[in-house]
Amino acid sequence: MRDGRVVKGVRFRDHQVVGEILELAARYRDEGADELVFYDITASPEGRSVDRDWVRRVARVLDIPFCVAGGIRSVGDAEAVLNAGAEKVSVNSPALADPSLIDRLSRRFGSQCVVLGIDSRLTEQGYRAFQLTGDPGRARESGRDVFEWVREAQERGAGEIVLNCMGSDGVRRGYDIEQLRAVRAICQVPLVASGGAGEIAHFAAVFSEGGVDAALAASVFHSGAIAIADLKRELRSAGIEVRL
Amino acid sequence: MDAAIIDSGGANLASLQFAFERLGARTRVTADAREIAAAPRVVLPGVGSATDAMERLHGSAIASLLPSLTQPVLGICLGMQLLFERSEEGSTPCLGILRGQVRRLRAAPGRPVPHMGWNRLETWKADPLLAGIAPGAYFYFVHGYAVPAGELTVAPVEYGEPLSAVVRQGNFWGVQFHPERSAASGARLLGNFLGL
Repeated sequence: MRDGRVVKGVRFRDHQVVGEILELAARYRDEGADELVFYDITASPEGRSVDRDWVRRVARVLDIPFCVAGGIRSVGDAEAVLNAGAEKVSVNSPALADPSLIDRLSRRFGSQCVVLGIDSRLTEQGYRAFQLTGDPGRARESGRDVFEWVREAQERGAGEIVLNCMGSDGVRRGYDIEQLRAVRAICQVPLVASGGAGEIAHFAAVFSEGGVDAALAASVFHSGAIAIADLKRELRSAGIEVRL
Repeated sequence: MDAAIIDSGGANLASLQFAFERLGARTRVTADAREIAAAPRVVLPGVGSATDAMERLHGSAIASLLPSLTQPVLGICLGMQLLFERSEEGSTPCLGILRGQVRRLRAAPGRPVPHMGWNRLETWKADPLLAGIAPGAYFYFVHGYAVPAGELTVAPVEYGEPLSAVVRQGNFWGVQFHPERSAASGARLLGNFLGL
């Protein structure tokens, strides 16, 4: 989401408008998506919270769960989004700046509402968490090791981890299974793979080899390259349990 | 008004209201004991911790009203758990309308906690709340605590052990999943509740 419309970039850059929020929400609902995630990518870099009006409008049309991410810095910010009808809030940059935000959110709403998004990239120091990735000019390495951050966040009460592998984001060459499998080994809460889906086989591989609980994708669905119904049928025939 | 939705202070009442709105039903979110007592149906939702929710119910006199209600009452997720005697979440005494304890789920390899996702209900005792729903229907769960399957269980769900997905005692029903976020099968269940 940027300025009220849905956009998608490649490796977190060059975002193009792909559609209107409500149209896309209804389309994915009808096509059989199990959950939608809305990232307001301009919220954190601009120092503002997500505009909440669209959350209510989305909640009105959706009968599947959805999560809102972007600039949630306080219990009050999260409460407004949850009261507007979202199931979960996802925090990323603000949690890196103040990890106690995770404790406060999970105490108030329960850990099942609190998702930690991690934008991870391999550096010379290993996998590191990046922050403010919505703005290519301001994105920076946070100084945190991804594995230590995953451990700490779970202790603080994060109820789900979305691991967005920046190196593979938007380029459709497959999820970063090696990294996801390593995180899976230390992650007792649901783990969601993000970044890199290009074909149906990539989804099958991330479930069977990466051991993740869910897979998130954007580009391939926005472009129509993969239809959700086809994807789910093929996953089921590969022996992976999905809702049809 | 078709149903009163109890404002137990937790967030996420809007998604429930919108789900009823999609069914053409009129609901009111209220913490007023008289309004709740007079409603044709009552929904006890709940997102948040059992301790917080019970404190709020006691603070507004709803805790003492609820056990005396005779109209259909539907507890959803934490709202279902609150109908039982006690929750391991903060060792909280709950409403005690239904016999049983709420337990913390324990993570195991391949079974992360909180339990989040779409699970199927395979079998159940005949109940008007589940009328017209086909065995194998998927419902959306998101919870870290649960009531083990027992006498009051109408429909179990398997997550390491059999858990209560739907419970009932007389005019009190409870569902561990979120019907308001369970697509067509959830809408059917809420429609059934409006017909009780």
